Order: sequence, then C-alpha cells, then structure tokens
Amino acid sequence: MFPAPIQDARPLGRFGYAAAVPIVLVIWLLPLLAIALTSIRSLEDLSRGNYWGWPDRIMAVHNYRAVFTSSPMGRYLLNSIMITVPAVVGTLALSSMAGYALAKFRFRGNLALFAIFIGGNFVPFQVLMIPVRDLMIHVVPLYDTIWALVVFHMAFQTGFCTLFMRNFMRELPDALAEAARLDGVSELRIFWHVVLPLVRPALAALAVLVFTFIWNDYFWALVLVQSDSARPVTAGLQALSGMWLASWQLMSAGALIAAAPSVLLFFLMQRHFVTGLTLGATKG
Amino acid sequence: MASSSSTLAGFGTAPFAGESWWRRHQMTLTPAILLAPGCLFFAVFVLWPILDSLWISLHDWDGIHPMRYVGFGNYAELLHDDTFYTALENNVYWLLAYMMAPVFGLVLALFLNQTIRGMRFYKSLFFFPFVISQVVVGLVFSWFFNVNFGLLNVVLHAVHLPRVALMESENWATVGIIIAGLWPQTAYCMILYLTGLTAINPELVEAARLDGASGWRLFRHVILPQLRPATFIAVVVCVVGALRSFDLVSIMTKGGPFDSSTVLAYYMYDQTFHSFRYGYGAAIATVLFLLMDVYIAFFLWSLLRRERR
Repeated sequence: MFPAPIQDARPLGRFGYAAAVPIVLVIWLLPLLAIALTSIRSLEDLSRGNYWGWPDRIMAVHNYRAVFTSSPMGRYLLNSIMITVPAVVGTLALSSMAGYALAKFRFRGNLALFAIFIGGNFVPFQVLMIPVRDLMIHVVPLYDTIWALVVFHMAFQTGFCTLFMRNFMRELPDALAEAARLDGVSELRIFWHVVLPLVRPALAALAVLVFTFIWNDYFWALVLVQSDSARPVTAGLQALSGMWLASWQLMSAGALIAAAPSVLLFFLMQRHFVTGLTLGATKG
Repeated sequence: MASSSSTLAGFGTAPFAGESWWRRHQMTLTPAILLAPGCLFFAVFVLWPILDSLWISLHDWDGIHPMRYVGFGNYAELLHDDTFYTALENNVYWLLAYMMAPVFGLVLALFLNQTIRGMRFYKSLFFFPFVISQVVVGLVFSWFFNVNFGLLNVVLHAVHLPRVALMESENWATVGIIIAGLWPQTAYCMILYLTGLTAINPELVEAARLDGASGWRLFRHVILPQLRPATFIAVVVCVVGALRSFDLVSIMTKGGPFDSSTVLAYYMYDQTFHSFRYGYGAAIATVLFLLMDVYIAFFLWSLLRRERR
C-alpha cells in the first residue's frame, strides 16, 4: 500500500491525520457549504449584509417551499426526470446490443465501427449543434419537446456506452453461449437470456453514470428546448437566475434542489458509479 | 452456472429449426440486427451532423434564408477576427490549466488512500463536486467570487488585502472560471487515481521498500509507472473537458467582459444564435473539431494498439 498505512505512524501522526482529513474536506467543500448556508437565510438577513455569519433565523422550510411556489422549479424537475429516465433506458438498450455484436462476433469492419463509436463520443457538441437543431425542427419535429432531448442524449451517449459494454462483454467466457448454441438456442435468445443477465453489473454502472451525465446537461437544454414546459432543471435554473437576481437565498436553494437527485443517486449507487467512471483506470 | 445449459435447452425452438433460412444465416444476421438501431441513431445524430456542419461552414447563412456558398470565406474571416484569437488563446489556457487537475487529483488521492474510520464516506464527499451540474458549480463560484460579498473578498478584506473583482475583470475572468472548472475536474482525477492506487501490486512496493526505497523515490520509480493507465485516462478526460468548456463560461460571464473570457465553444454558440451567423458559427465549430481530432486520433491510436496485442 502506498503511502505507508497511517496505522503504522506514531500516535501524533495518526491523530494529526484523523484531524486533517475533515479540515481539508471542509475547505474543499467551502463554496458548497456557503451556498447551503445561504439557502436557509432570510431575505432581511441578506439585505443587512449578513452573508457569512450565522443566520438570524433558520428559513430552510420557507425558502425551499418558496422555490417551488414562486417558480416553475417543480415543472423543471419533472421534465428532467422525464428526459433522463427514458434516455438512460434507451441508451442501455442500444449500447448493450451494439456492444455485444462488437464484442462477440467477427465480421469485417468490426474494429472500424468500434473506433467510430469511441471517436464520436469525444466530438465537441458545437460541431453537432446547428444540424441537430435543424433536424429536430424540420425532419423529426421534436424541437422544444422533452423528446428532442431524449432522442439526442440517447444517440450521443450510445457512443460511450457501446465502448463500455463491448469491453465488458469481451471478458465474458464463451463457454456459456457455446453450450446454448449446441442446444440449438437462437443467437438473439442467447443475447437476451444468457448475455444480458451476466452484464447486469455493467448495466447498473452505466445507468448511474449516464443518468448524471444527462441530468447535468446544460448545453443541449439550451439548444433544443426553449419553453418552460420542456426545460430541464439545469436550463431552468439559469433562466431563474435572471428572475432571482437579488434573492440569493432562493437561488441557492434552487441550485441545491437541482443538484440533489444526481447527488442522491450517486450516494445510493456509489460503487456502481465508480466502476463506470474508472473503467480502464486500472488495467493497462 | 452448471445448470444453465440444461435450462437453456428449454429455449430451443422446434427440433429441426436448424434447417431454416434464419438458422443458416443467423451468425451473420445477428450482429447486423443488434448493431442496426445503435448505428442508425449514431449516424443520424452524431456522424451526419459533423459532415453537415463542415458543409454549412462553407456558406453564409442566417439560419432562415437560403444558404449562400462562400467557399472558405468564413475561415478567411476568422484569421482576422480578434475575438476568435481571444477564444483560441483562452482555450489554450484552459488546456494548460486543466493539466493541473491530474496533479491535484493525485495529491488528493495519495492523501486519502488510507483506511481510517469513515474513509469511504470522506472519499465520496471529496468526489461530490463532480456529481453536481456545472450550472450549479458556476453559480456557486459566482457567489464565491462576488465582488461585494463573496467569501473570497471577505477573506481578503480580513487580511487587509484589496478586494478583487475577478468576474468583472478582462484579465482575471478566465482565471476565475478555470478555477471553478478545476474543482470538479480534480475530483474526477482523484477518483481515477484512488482506483489506480488500489490496483497497485503490493509485492512490488514491499520489495522496493526492502531495497531501501521510500518517499519520493518509491513514488517516482515504483508507484507512478503503475499508475500510468489512470494518468492516461485523466489526461484524456481533462483535454476533452478543457476543449468542451462551455457551461461555466455561459453561466459565469457569458464570455465577457467584452468577450475577454470567451472560448471557442461559447463563441460559436454566441455567433450562431446571438448574431445569426450560422455559417460563421459552423466554421468556429469546425476549428474546434479539428483541434479535438488530434486528441481523438491519439486516444484511438493508443486504444487500438492495445487491442491488437
């Protein structure tokens, strides 16, 4: 283990370390703690200039309720969910199919297709922006609906997820599929009944990861929708920042509400999340 | 697992189905069927738009009226566009500064690579900034840097230093945004290195320790080489992150003051939707795309080389 385990250090060092970790953590999260503190202040507190002292009154319930009653935040949150969930499901379906084909079948152009999926994943969004927006306006008339975002995210995330699924499925032993094949099971059934159950951990990892990617997307929310009925929470928050110019307590509460679902998911599914994110970080 | 083949026999359809056309061709047809939906979506919404953008960049277009072909006119104009150079320069700063994220991330990972009570929880809190949206990160830091009441200025004031207006300064706005960007980026690199550190071969470390290696020399010659895969991913992710930077610029300064903090991604968006210069915007996007291609090519090359082994 590197660095040397702290348990081997002298008592002073152990104590120092145990104290240092939370201190560094507080400094690391200071900007976020500041926002959290602001979100429970009263407006009078802020206008009196008490930005960093202890709040005179705890207004947490009041402020968080005000976010929902005085703005379309509830609508934005709902939109975000209705965009993210189907997009994640769609991405997983497309990429597990494509990943399996690339992992276990030999055919010409296999590696080239794989390379295209990986490469496309790194493309800057701006080079897609004008044509994708045009497509959504003129060809598949989904512009300014949540479906525009669902369809686009699904298509784009398929690149990364196919890379992930293909590498994961490649490690699966061939023996199970071979046995099924000898029994006369058709290839599509093998995929459904043999392969998919084996890759559940990978699907879970991808689901969490892609959920946060899509939930946190801001650029496409700006480009593909414009009305409140379709706006996800990121673009909604930006729109509200104009309205709440001086109401920092509402802005802060709104920001924390917008961040909450992906943070919650991360804490619940941490192990899966890290598996997905660190793919390739250990093997050479 | 031993029972799966016998269970699966139950899925076998008609006993002589092996003779059907589908049976004979399924090894070729299956990959085609499985790939078709993914390829279709990817081709329509990712591949074709790239080509279309290249085509649009050769035109003068306001997004509404018919396009007018101007050849490389937009690119020629870029060569004399000061804001374009500002954006390009800022992207270079982003790139250079983002190379610090793996370094900071590694330092944090080394700091946290211990097993004390509650360490798992600490680690996930350190990772926090990466999970939240860049919109929120941007708002958090705007608040942090605020000239009147931001914590930064409260601290500066407390130690009798003059106030700084980072976001309102042509020289400092980009620095402020990059600092905000490094926050989640460092968290990401940290998690990559924490995973990398758990995979380090303990026998090698012990052997090196027995040979008297410790501290920096142990780190430099034994640990760092084993972290190469993590470093590779961290660098790739940071390069892509730096070139993709849009959200923070849009939230924190809108490229201002006077376009001083713009980057290619934001300038493209601004020209297209605020100045209705779609062709020009597409040309900026193409430049960004070409820059990114260098890294895509590098990444693919090293990945596929590994694949052949």
